[in-house]
Amino acid sequence: MVAESVLATRETSWSEAVAQEADAILAASELGNLIAALVRKGYAVVGPTVRDGAIVYDQIESLQDLPAGWTDEQAPGHYRLKRRDDQALFGYVVGPQSWKKYLHPADVRLWSAERQDGTFRILNNEAKPNAPRAFVGVRACELAAIAIQDRVLLEDRYHDPIYGARRSGVFLIAVQCTQSAPTCFCRSMGTGPAVANGPERATSPADLILTELQGTRGHRFLVRAGSERGAEMLAEVKTTPASDADIHEAQAGVAEAASQQVRSIDNNGIKELLYQNFEHPRWDNVAARCLTCANCTMVCPTCFCTTVEDVSDVTGEHAERWRRWDSCFTQTFSYIHGGSVRTSTKARYRQWMTHKLAAWIDQFGSSGCVGCGRCITWCPVGIDITEEVHALREGGSHGNP
Amino acid sequence: MATAVTTDPMLPRPYLVQAVSKETPDTFTLKLAPEEKANGGSFRPGQFSMLWVFGVGELPISISGNPADHKQLLYTVRSVGQATNALVTQRVGAGVGVRGPYGTGWPMDAARGRDVIVVAGGIGLAPLRPVIYEVLHHREDFGRLVVLYGARSPHDLLYRQELAAWARQRETQVLVTVDYGGMSWRGHVGVVTTLFKYARLKPAQSVAMVCGPEIMMRFVARELISHGLSRNDVYLSMERNMKCAVGFCGHCQYGPHFICKDGPVFPYEKMRPLLEKYEL
Amino acid sequence: METLERVIADHPFFSGLESYYTGLLVGCAANVRFHPGTYIFKEGEEANEFYLLRSGRVALELFAPQHKPIVVETLEDGDILGWSWLLPPYVWKFHAHAVEDTRAISLDGKCLRTKCEQNHDLGYEILKRFAQIMERRLEATRLQLLDVYAIK
Repeated sequence: MVAESVLATRETSWSEAVAQEADAILAASELGNLIAALVRKGYAVVGPTVRDGAIVYDQIESLQDLPAGWTDEQAPGHYRLKRRDDQALFGYVVGPQSWKKYLHPADVRLWSAERQDGTFRILNNEAKPNAPRAFVGVRACELAAIAIQDRVLLEDRYHDPIYGARRSGVFLIAVQCTQSAPTCFCRSMGTGPAVANGPERATSPADLILTELQGTRGHRFLVRAGSERGAEMLAEVKTTPASDADIHEAQAGVAEAASQQVRSIDNNGIKELLYQNFEHPRWDNVAARCLTCANCTMVCPTCFCTTVEDVSDVTGEHAERWRRWDSCFTQTFSYIHGGSVRTSTKARYRQWMTHKLAAWIDQFGSSGCVGCGRCITWCPVGIDITEEVHALREGGSHGNP
Repeated sequence: MATAVTTDPMLPRPYLVQAVSKETPDTFTLKLAPEEKANGGSFRPGQFSMLWVFGVGELPISISGNPADHKQLLYTVRSVGQATNALVTQRVGAGVGVRGPYGTGWPMDAARGRDVIVVAGGIGLAPLRPVIYEVLHHREDFGRLVVLYGARSPHDLLYRQELAAWARQRETQVLVTVDYGGMSWRGHVGVVTTLFKYARLKPAQSVAMVCGPEIMMRFVARELISHGLSRNDVYLSMERNMKCAVGFCGHCQYGPHFICKDGPVFPYEKMRPLLEKYEL
Repeated sequence: METLERVIADHPFFSGLESYYTGLLVGCAANVRFHPGTYIFKEGEEANEFYLLRSGRVALELFAPQHKPIVVETLEDGDILGWSWLLPPYVWKFHAHAVEDTRAISLDGKCLRTKCEQNHDLGYEILKRFAQIMERRLEATRLQLLDVYAIK
């Protein structure tokens, strides 16, 4: 189970999703047993937890670690945790971190080497394989983001073995959104809030899909297996069949999340819009606000840029190559002998937005944006990518600086 | 979609320095051969390798040797900073890490049966030298060869003896110019575009391959088009910051193109709308 | 043996010029030859002729204090040498140094200026061609100024 390839898992999952079992009901308390079952089967379970005033992803051991009764209040440049008036376990939207924290980690040692008779030897870098992980609480937008990173890092000309090893065997437990933040726009990006039920939308298939219900029938989850091993895991805990009323309550919850979305990007002709507006005055407008702090690229679940650092120890006998997250917003990202190509803030912001919404389509066949809204929330000055697209379409409008 | 390469793309192979020869005061050619005696010298003209100096760093360097020689790889490197200086000061027998070869090459197939125009500026002659070798090695497969080469000054000219030898080949014209002549230079003085009026070209049956500073390539491409070449028959070798060379780090993007895997060679038709964009 | 008129008509600079006008120019023209090392003209001298180069190579040089002479451009067959005869103050701005055995047609500047004043159509044809040459030289010079091969 641990060693299966990612692609094989996908194909199995899709066919399983089509011939799926009926929906079932899992009591909220039973979720704790599900976590325990995952641990028993050898998974390192990661999920949302409250820390430092935010909901972040970390190792979880039981229901107690989940952010019960917490929600996130989000707006451009604003994030606060607030208490809910119920004990919902997944009653928040998305935090500053995404699953790339685990799949495409921020600091990785690629290899180490030592000098030997004027030449060098790469040292045996076979790290002990870590236990496969289980991600609990994956949103629809996040499934879409994982699929996008799969495309970039596994399905192009070269294959990133680090991402491949971490991605292979990951157990995904999706939780559908029953509320949206004002910063969400997954609906217009076609990535949510419902988790895709089949291959018509290219998201990463989940092993289990949960929807949290808190109606008169009690605090419970509608659950559906998205794969064979999802079904096997579900068999380890107590479930009861779901009624039509349960299914309707879940659908209504997801529909409510969709209807709450106030932001959107119109993706019709978005490539042409960005490619043909290289000199649009709006870029100067956003450049006057952007701090090039790179927060957006750090929180974005699809941004994948990294840099490579070669270091050696004091003796010069031992060298290592490290890979670290990088951002196109940095001064030196585009440096070639003599200077950087993109020195102005304008050029760097334009590069990020054009790549994310337009060039990505030419490169990888889909938009690079999943509409999670993190870049809007975590921008210190509240730059809103959806507003920037509107401004470009309107031709020369000068929005509020 | 190409089949994914599954070996670890970030691991360098040790190659040993066979020779280091001086081309100009700041430019040297390294000859490398793989440590394990396997054929490690296969490449297509226009491709590059990532060369790693232990503990210093890694750089993209064009391969500038003969593609018919599969036993070793040649790199002409200009010393402009810490990493390039570390490369050119390697001793014979030292180990250098090599990854690659990477990138699309020059369009040798499209050039078969046609005249080949090579226009090089400065160190840009290094990635074009394999083209010249291949054309001369398979003379019957190509038409006329025209080499237009410009450098800053006479002592910056690369491969001077080879230039003279190439000029003596049949159906081959080699023109050389410098920006600054000094008093003992008896050849052309002026930018490389000034050589066009002396070149004997048949534009309709020509493929042009251009490499040099980006400004130079812009002017040369325009000059070639004004002489009647099609935009799909003029090729440029582009350059941007590179860290991984395998399409993951994102640094080398130029518009929607990854220079490491979609390039570095591109037809001018694709580059024209991008070249005029400042700070792209 | 080629007539002077034929040589003028065949030179790239005058390509497309009606034979009536080449006939007019012959009166100002002469065959000249410069041995290697000769200075055809020097900076500061009165500019009284222009040359249609037929073979050889001419280097345009500038002298500056404490510098050896700097070659700014070289010209060969098919090029024209000199335009300072055309515009006041009619003074050469560079040295012209024949670095190889150079053959050319020289055209007398005063003679040409007079004919252009008398026949504005001829004047227009000549100025059109000079404008094109100057534009190309200016573009090339600007590119040269950028010093693109230097390490920044």
